[in-house]
Amino acid sequence: MKQQLIYSLLGFMFGTGLIIAGMTDPNKVINFLDITGHWDPSLAFVMIGALMVFGLGYHFIVKRMIKPYGQECFNLPTKTKPDVKLVIGSCLFGIGWGIAGICPGPAMVNLTLFDAKISGFIIMMLIGMKLTQLVNKRIS
Amino acid sequence: MTEFTPYSALLGGMMIGFSALFLLILFGKIAGISGMLGNLLSKPLSHAWVWSFLGGMILAGFIFSGTLNEVESINLDLLSWRYVLLGGFVVGIGTSLGSGCTSGHGICGIGRFSVRSLIATCLFMLTAIITVYVRG
Repeated sequence: MKQQLIYSLLGFMFGTGLIIAGMTDPNKVINFLDITGHWDPSLAFVMIGALMVFGLGYHFIVKRMIKPYGQECFNLPTKTKPDVKLVIGSCLFGIGWGIAGICPGPAMVNLTLFDAKISGFIIMMLIGMKLTQLVNKRIS
Repeated sequence: MTEFTPYSALLGGMMIGFSALFLLILFGKIAGISGMLGNLLSKPLSHAWVWSFLGGMILAGFIFSGTLNEVESINLDLLSWRYVLLGGFVVGIGTSLGSGCTSGHGICGIGRFSVRSLIATCLFMLTAIITVYVRG
């Protein structure tokens, strides 16, 4: 129970960060990607800020730890080599992000705008994820 | 046209970074939102922590949206329904197939110097920029 509360606090912090950063505004995202038009480079600073904290913390703290405080082991991605799925998937994700100006995190934070378009985006995103999982399962 | 807001962007980014770092230090988990949603879709009952984390995110939206960001209110009128639905569907397929989105690859992956995430991030930034250019 205490752990679940900490997870919620971390989610709260993540969501608050996305809002302060401006990531939850699709217009800002589109302008960030519009480098030949109304370019607004602000969101590059989100990445700089996040990478500074997470990157330094990972290399100076996490790498020296044997296990995390509240769990038995680290749960990190095991794949190290790029493959076709990664390339096609990432290209598709970029296309979808460019079309709507919304990525998964901000979509969840914007849920309480109670705007039908956000719900529509999330439902279509979940359908896309589920279909991909089913096809992946069938192939492998 | 949106205003250039480097300081709030940097501050917000650092908060995201601290959240992701604590999630890893305390629980050994990667803060990738598309991965969390994928977990919920495949095994909804065995990932209590994802429900908690996402619940916290949604609560942040409920409390702060329209107050903490420099945009007074998020205006979705400019986005057509067609773009919203198509974009959502393609984001779902892409993040599932590519095992990550802006948070998992762009922050946690690059922060760990993962080659896969570096490639993924360069690709999705590039195709997103091209898409916005084409859609005008």
